[in-house]
Amino acid sequence: MSDQENYMLKINNLRTSFFTPVGEVKALNNVTFAMKEGDVLGIVGESGSGKSVTSYSLLGLLAYPGKIVGGTIRFNGHEIEKKTEAEMRKIRGDEVSIIFQDPMTSLNPVYTVGNQIVEVIRLHTDKDAAAAQARAKELLELVGINEAEKRLKQYPHELSGGMRQRVMIAIALACEPKLLIADEPTTALDVTIQAQILELMIELKNKLGMSIIMITHDLGIVSNMCEKIAVMYAGKILEYGTVDEIFYTPRHEYTKGLLRSIPNLMDREHKKLVPIEGTPVDMLKPPKGCPFAPRCESCMRICLEHMPEVVHFSDTHYSACWLNQKDEWTKESVEA
Amino acid sequence: MTEPNTKIPSFHLKLTPEDFAPATREERESLVTMRESVGFWQDGFRRLSRNKIAMTSLVFILIIMFFSFIVPFFYPYNYSFQIRGAENLAPMTYSAEEQASIDAGESVFPHVLGTDDLGRDTAIRVMMGSRISLLVGLVASIIVLMIGSTYGAVSAYIGGWTDLIMMRIVDIIYTVPDILIIILLSVTLKFPLQRLANQPGFEWIQLLGVNLISIFIVFALLYWVGMARIIRSQILILKEQEFVTAAKALGASNRRIIKKHLLTNAIGTLIVTTTLQIPSAIFTESFLSFLGLGVAAPMPSLGSLASDAIKGLNSYPHRLMAPALLISAIILSFNLLGDGLRDAFDPKLKN
Amino acid sequence: MGKYILKRIAMGLTTIFIVITLTFFLMNLIPGGPFMAEKAISAQAQAAMNEKYGLDKPLPVQYKNYLVNLTKGDLGVSVKQRGRDINGIITSKFPVSARLGGASILMALIVGIPLGSIAAINRGKLADNIIIVIATFGIAVPSFVLCTLLMYIFGVKLNLFPTYGLGSLKHYVLPVFALAFYPTAYIARLMRSSMLDVLGQDYIRTAKAKGLSTFVLLFKHALRNAILPVVTYLGPLLAYTLTGSFVVEKIFTIPGLGSEFIGSISGRDYPLIMGTTIFLATLIVTMNVLVDIAYKLIDPRIKLQ
Repeated sequence: MSDQENYMLKINNLRTSFFTPVGEVKALNNVTFAMKEGDVLGIVGESGSGKSVTSYSLLGLLAYPGKIVGGTIRFNGHEIEKKTEAEMRKIRGDEVSIIFQDPMTSLNPVYTVGNQIVEVIRLHTDKDAAAAQARAKELLELVGINEAEKRLKQYPHELSGGMRQRVMIAIALACEPKLLIADEPTTALDVTIQAQILELMIELKNKLGMSIIMITHDLGIVSNMCEKIAVMYAGKILEYGTVDEIFYTPRHEYTKGLLRSIPNLMDREHKKLVPIEGTPVDMLKPPKGCPFAPRCESCMRICLEHMPEVVHFSDTHYSACWLNQKDEWTKESVEA
Repeated sequence: MTEPNTKIPSFHLKLTPEDFAPATREERESLVTMRESVGFWQDGFRRLSRNKIAMTSLVFILIIMFFSFIVPFFYPYNYSFQIRGAENLAPMTYSAEEQASIDAGESVFPHVLGTDDLGRDTAIRVMMGSRISLLVGLVASIIVLMIGSTYGAVSAYIGGWTDLIMMRIVDIIYTVPDILIIILLSVTLKFPLQRLANQPGFEWIQLLGVNLISIFIVFALLYWVGMARIIRSQILILKEQEFVTAAKALGASNRRIIKKHLLTNAIGTLIVTTTLQIPSAIFTESFLSFLGLGVAAPMPSLGSLASDAIKGLNSYPHRLMAPALLISAIILSFNLLGDGLRDAFDPKLKN
Repeated sequence: MGKYILKRIAMGLTTIFIVITLTFFLMNLIPGGPFMAEKAISAQAQAAMNEKYGLDKPLPVQYKNYLVNLTKGDLGVSVKQRGRDINGIITSKFPVSARLGGASILMALIVGIPLGSIAAINRGKLADNIIIVIATFGIAVPSFVLCTLLMYIFGVKLNLFPTYGLGSLKHYVLPVFALAFYPTAYIARLMRSSMLDVLGQDYIRTAKAKGLSTFVLLFKHALRNAILPVVTYLGPLLAYTLTGSFVVEKIFTIPGLGSEFIGSISGRDYPLIMGTTIFLATLIVTMNVLVDIAYKLIDPRIKLQ
């Protein structure tokens, strides 16, 4: 904790729950991670693993009946979990902004692109209408949209999906945020457009120097863009490490499963793709042990009873899996 | 770097090597809490039975049905019989003659809601009026259901130009002001229908009343378009799904595909739309009866009872209350039941 | 867009034509034809009448003549109110109904839209529940029930408002309330579900992520999208108000076109029934066409098609 003040974002034991009529859904369970300025973190997991809830908690965007029930979020000097909605509004879109998954539905259909970009500039800066308009044009050029002047006057439905996602990025970057959250920004796009958008994001990151949280279920995207990866499952971070650590020395069975299930063009041996069997956990009734245990190939008895504790393998690499401690325990018993 | 929640492997748990033995498949599966899988109907009915408002409405409708279809058979008074000397009685009062019989030790059934200006028992007239309302609602909805679903399904299933033309017809009928046409038909159909009723074999027309039949004809002509549109859009979605292709590949005929696969899958929507059609038909009938275009006297309807009651509003306000409140309660119950059915059976709104 | 407007107008004209044709031929089902007065006329007088109104000619010719007169804007002559042409009756009576109906439509929109929005924003809370209950009752109570109850309670019992005619502003209170109650409830329900739908849309989440205030969120981003279904309801709303005025005008004895129409039905003034039906139907269909076109203008997504 020596260099705590260097962290731009520090989330500690964050717990978020949704209070549904059928019971409390613990969407986040002691999520902990930290980011420095300029870091690019990938959060990987299946749908329902809590990736998006993490970012919504950070943005104060949790919709009713969702609520932060514990833990702390320090972001850019703010104690986010203590902020009121009015205070959060000043931070959102200014210091931290987000790009959503589906650009087709994320822009308001009845207003022009220009209107929607100018809106956020005028909200968080004291630019006048003309200056904001100029800035909006500049932003569109920045995200690689030609004929910016003309595009500003167009409605979202007149633009292609890739173009709309560029507009979303322009809106997100309008006030030069410290942190950009990209929530599956390419999932809804064609493969060729996906590559363009990712390239643009890397380019913008290098140009503007903001930090990025990349939320995705696609390990391929993460390996290209991110420095660190958090693997989430059932509201928990099961493994955390640098890209190399995660890809070459994964220490959690779930991570290994994810890696086995992605195709690799470079593979000469035509390895078989292995899907992870089973279905994600029912978050209303989470198992008391490791959430992945029921689907885990190497599941042990202990896994069904107790949640494994976090074990560190390096300064940056940790995971929560009983297998990490198996040798230790079985060895001990031999000695005894 | 140290993480705040970093812990060295804890030893407060009493662990043995046994714990690290592989878990069997059974042990693993015992932990997976599977939601029990329930069928469409089971699921729907369970949801419906949990919906208190819908169930209350259903019970209310059943009670009204009992009173309007069964009770009149053994009720001591008749809806058209004029009891001499018992005109304009207040609720629970008796005519002089009846009072005399009571004094003589005979038992006389009370006029629960009083009598009207012709000495007819109001309670039985309200029951008969509800019968008309319910009958109109149910029959009209069935007509609408049959015509609308067939038309919509055929249009969607054939597609192409046929669909285009069929839907253009629907569009036009949709914009025809229905109440005006209903009034027009009630005014004009009377004559040919009456002529027809005099022919042998058509006496039943007189029984139902010419106006009632015109109302049904209007429903058959105009009201099915909403149903046809809804069914068409449902079928269009279903049509694209794989099981239809599969059935086609197996050589099922068009008719069979529509009946067996498409309509059964659209059944939730059918039930809901039909139920919600009932109150709107009742609404229209009472509106027409109120204007004097509904069922023929002496047959009462809730609308005509309310209309009659206005004339004596100052002296006999109670005559208005029973039909007015009843018609509102019936429409309300069907609306609420329809909403409940939609929540329970319409897959579009599921979850 | 121009093509769409033309298509829509063509469809509207078709509908009006169908209504006119239907009206004409239905009226001819009446023994003696629509232009025939009641019995008690000598055969000679009848023949003279027939000749005067062209009733001696075959049906297709009568139909053609009727259509030709309609294109000139001539709806014919009433058989009950001697010497009065139907155009005159409509121009003198319709303004009364229009004032009543206009006030009701205005009230339904002004009250219904905010009620529905408030319910949606406070989903699941007390305000929402209260509004749902009111709206649910609102669409279940037929106008004649509401009219008579209002008349009894406020007119007869409490004697707060006049229940007869449309003399002063006070006269409007009960009839407008009675006529506007159902559409207000309907619009509130429509607006609530549409608002809930819009509030769940991704672009609202985007607007929230920008840090916009609730006010801007609702009034700029949500309302304009949520109000579209209400615009499409304007056509049916007009139809409801016009036909609803039959009952309301009858009960409150308001000398408008509605009570005139009801009077023409009970008096069997067939040409007047025909004329009024065609006039009202044309009005409603025209409104439907205008609303459809307006809808396309409001929603930029459809502009290009």
